[in-house]
Amino acid sequence: MISINVTKTLNTADGVLNAEFSIEIRNGEFLTLFGPSGAGKTTLMRMISGLETPDSGVIEVDGEVWFDKSKKINLPPQKRSIGFVFQDYALFPTMSVRENLLFAAETEEQKQGVDELIAMVELENLANRLPSTLSGGQKQRVALARALVRRPKILLLDEPLSALDPSMRQKLQDELALIHSRLGVTTLLVSHDIAETVKLSDRLASVVSGCIEKLCSPMEFFSPQTLSGKLQLIGEVLKMEEDFPVTVVTLLVGSSVVRTVLSSEEANSLSIGSHAIISTKAFNPIVIPVKH
Amino acid sequence: MENEFLTTMTLTFELAAVTTVILLLIGIPLAAFLAFSKTRFKSVAETIVSMPLVLPPSVLGFYLLLAFSPASFIGEFLTSHGVRLAFSFEGLVVGSVLFSLPFMVHPIQSALSQVPRSIFEASYTLGKSKIETMIRVILPSIRHGLISGIVLAFAHTVGEFGVILMIGGNIPDETRVASIAIYDEVESLNYAMAHQYALTLFVVTFAILLIVYTLNKKSLEGLR
Repeated sequence: MISINVTKTLNTADGVLNAEFSIEIRNGEFLTLFGPSGAGKTTLMRMISGLETPDSGVIEVDGEVWFDKSKKINLPPQKRSIGFVFQDYALFPTMSVRENLLFAAETEEQKQGVDELIAMVELENLANRLPSTLSGGQKQRVALARALVRRPKILLLDEPLSALDPSMRQKLQDELALIHSRLGVTTLLVSHDIAETVKLSDRLASVVSGCIEKLCSPMEFFSPQTLSGKLQLIGEVLKMEEDFPVTVVTLLVGSSVVRTVLSSEEANSLSIGSHAIISTKAFNPIVIPVKH
Repeated sequence: MENEFLTTMTLTFELAAVTTVILLLIGIPLAAFLAFSKTRFKSVAETIVSMPLVLPPSVLGFYLLLAFSPASFIGEFLTSHGVRLAFSFEGLVVGSVLFSLPFMVHPIQSALSQVPRSIFEASYTLGKSKIETMIRVILPSIRHGLISGIVLAFAHTVGEFGVILMIGGNIPDETRVASIAIYDEVESLNYAMAHQYALTLFVVTFAILLIVYTLNKKSLEGLR
């Protein structure tokens, strides 16, 4: 059980933010911190890792105090059992893939586990290559494997997949899910990708301007209403073509472009760039796989 | 004659080598301080380190000479401990270290400040101390900066003239280095000897720089 109760004053792009985080993370769960940029998600992860110091509060992991302002306890990152995966991979440029992992290993046992980890992220053939010769997805796999070498209590993933292209992203999501189920390590992910969050997480903590607004399952968060027989999509208005008495509206829903016809009156309330809800009766929608 | 030439050249490169080693030892921590510290004192330190770039060497030499003289506080302290810096090889080393300081510190500082913060943090989260991170991760990855610093400091010390003239004079096998010798030979119209010194310095310096830049280019390509 990881219990966190901390405050910190943050200087964000929109001014000063008094962040106050209070959350309990269950052992072995996959928790995603979801929310807009600048809400303090990364700061929370950095405070857990010890890379940043809270202004006040307590961080306790399995009964071990990592931070307690009132008792002046603040373990440095070196003393905390964490694995941190950075957005920019942060691989050591002069070390090969294997050396990057070996660098992290402290005991003989961990050293022997290195090859197993390399195999788990399918990098056996690249073990002796320098990071500069790897692709983004390969680099992130190395970073992930390296973070696991010390068998940390918590794995912290700070938007690890945001710099990758969609197909690589999907593949790595699958791998993350597999690794989590295999090792059972408590995992915290910062993300603002809905698909990623739904796919990976047991629970979702919605972080809005410096506090955790809601803590629930991702399904509960993204589709709050129970099966209602209605299909609701949110889209952004791209284009409006007036053709009296109707208006053809083009919307972007996810990565699909949808065109629909509205009466000019209905279209009056919309403008280009605004967001709109498209809803339709769908008692029995047809769902078929896409062929590439 | 030939013997004197060899003595002078040996002394020149010995001075440059000793200076470079000392500079490397103090340059890395100093560069790390300048690259990462956020104190107000930093700009003062930066200014002091950069002073030798713009100050006439004779100014530095003049003040060092005053400081080294037994009449001054520092000189008196040193003399009472049996150290004589004025007109001695040790004094030249002190002067050269101060004078070549920016040439060692600047390349290392700029290389250090280009290392992403996350590289340091990744190493800390993997349980490694600041010093271990510096030695095993950071220094190897800024080796081009280290090499530039070593080469520039070495070459600059070989070519030093003003400071040495002020604090070292022209004592054979003690403070007579090549650049002083050239000046001396020209003054006594001994052009052949001056040529010998000048050409040697020219060729050796060119060769060192060429070798280092070629190697440096290769090691940089390996990292890319």
